[in-house]
Amino acid sequence: MADALVLPAPPAAPASASPVSEPAWMRCTLIAVVLAMLVIFLFAPLVAVFTEALREGWRAAAATLASPDAVSAIRLTLITAAIAVPLNAVFGIASAWAIAKFDFRGKAFLITLIDLPFSVSPVVAGLCFVLLFGSQGLVGSWLIAHGVSIVFAMPGIILATMFVTFPFVARELVPVMIEQGRAEEEAALTLGASGWRIFRTVTLPNIRWALLYGVLLCNARAMGEFGAVAVVSGKIRGETTTMPLMIEMLYNEYLTVAAFTMAALLAALGLVTLTLKSFMEWRYADLLAASHRR
Amino acid sequence: MTPRLAFREPSPLPGFGLSFGVMMTMLSIVVIIPIGALLLRGVEIGTTEVWRTLNNERVWHALELSFTTALWAALFNLVFGLALAWVLARYRFPGRKIVDAVVDLPFALPTAVAGIALTTIYAPNGAFGQLLAPLGIQVAYTRLGIWVALVFVGLPFVVRTVQPVIEEIEHEVEEVSATLGAYRGRTFRRVILPMLTPALLTGFALALARSVGEYGSVIFIAGNLPNMTEIAPLLIVIRLEEYNHDGAVAIAIAMLAISFAMLLAINLIQVWSRRRFGHA
Repeated sequence: MADALVLPAPPAAPASASPVSEPAWMRCTLIAVVLAMLVIFLFAPLVAVFTEALREGWRAAAATLASPDAVSAIRLTLITAAIAVPLNAVFGIASAWAIAKFDFRGKAFLITLIDLPFSVSPVVAGLCFVLLFGSQGLVGSWLIAHGVSIVFAMPGIILATMFVTFPFVARELVPVMIEQGRAEEEAALTLGASGWRIFRTVTLPNIRWALLYGVLLCNARAMGEFGAVAVVSGKIRGETTTMPLMIEMLYNEYLTVAAFTMAALLAALGLVTLTLKSFMEWRYADLLAASHRR
Repeated sequence: MTPRLAFREPSPLPGFGLSFGVMMTMLSIVVIIPIGALLLRGVEIGTTEVWRTLNNERVWHALELSFTTALWAALFNLVFGLALAWVLARYRFPGRKIVDAVVDLPFALPTAVAGIALTTIYAPNGAFGQLLAPLGIQVAYTRLGIWVALVFVGLPFVVRTVQPVIEEIEHEVEEVSATLGAYRGRTFRRVILPMLTPALLTGFALALARSVGEYGSVIFIAGNLPNMTEIAPLLIVIRLEEYNHDGAVAIAIAMLAISFAMLLAINLIQVWSRRRFGHA
């Protein structure tokens, strides 16, 4: 609002004297401390992974990754993620639709239940599946008698991975869909659109970036999960060994360079995830969950 | 009007049955039934037997180690996370966007990768270990090493919950405080910090929950000596490898119980702070 009264311009005060900011020396110290901590805790390990991996040169690294055990580990990790992540995306979409578009009793409790995997140790999650599907397990003894093994096989690895990454997509979608409300879907309904058509043409375009974001986070964790998978896999070399488990095996056999080569591959995937994630945050901030708003 | 006891409010939108059904089926298979199986096994074993299994030095030590180091790591992340969130939200400096992106590294980097990398750096002959060894500080294979790994794992939680709240604080509030004669430090303590408390507690709780259960990054740097540097999740794995399922179940239930007690306490503090400072 422009007032009729024109005040003389206040004398330009030095930025450091601003009453709503910290003095310059303090800002500089804070930035320096924070950067130093980040270098110690985050940058250093990242650099270490790549320098250790390449200590014996590219050729050795490539040879490690081409070994049959490594190829099988990479394949298992990719297959696991390829099954667990889409299933969790389906769960995320279904739960976000039910929670955001409808009001029902016990909703808050349900949301707590969906978040539960975040406060359960991955090892405990693995233990749960061993108890359920192991040879002495509640369901396992029956399944094994019928020739189906879940623990120490791929289904167990997939289930354990799903448990650990279960809340990721739902947590991204629920706030976005609650914020968007149901007016647009109701408008589509009055225009005669079917349920699937409403979802495909109205809801999905509204949530696609949040969905992609959730899938990205889910995938990063799914490919890197260690604790839960370690418990259920049985670590059969070449069969139920994922990339993170292979890193542990190689490391414990003092094959340090090989372990770090495998680690560097996973770290590179992690960096790709990070780049995509940051790009999405800058580009589509307004379409992602409210908590990511900048 | 529908009676108040109806399970759901009527809505013209379709798909409740399908989406609710898919959600409940998957939630049951992946989360509810497995956790139920654990608790059921605990009931079968019986309280006295669970207690007898827990009541030995090695188990006590592992639980104490897991929860104490996780608490210290989460506390460090609380302070450092607040500073980092403040710097990222308020200050402009070259490379800010890169720093902002790198904060999420622990989410993207698999824990086993972080584990072997931290161990290599902090081992007595590693890049940082070499510098610290003459000072008599050993990080890898000690409690300090476990703490370092847990700080790494929990780092993004506080930053990511607090940062958006700092960005939403309106400058007017601080200006009013300043015109009323409060120095910057006082404004921060009396005006800004209360506004951030709920978010700080949420981030703290998330970091703590994650650190308590962390396995992948810790087992490499810990050294894993019984009664010294053996964390509770590792002891569960060891019991399982001994085919001692009852022992594993007892420790798992103890961990769940302590975690939930801590999260409940944090929740209560949060409710108290909201009531005291009146922020949503």
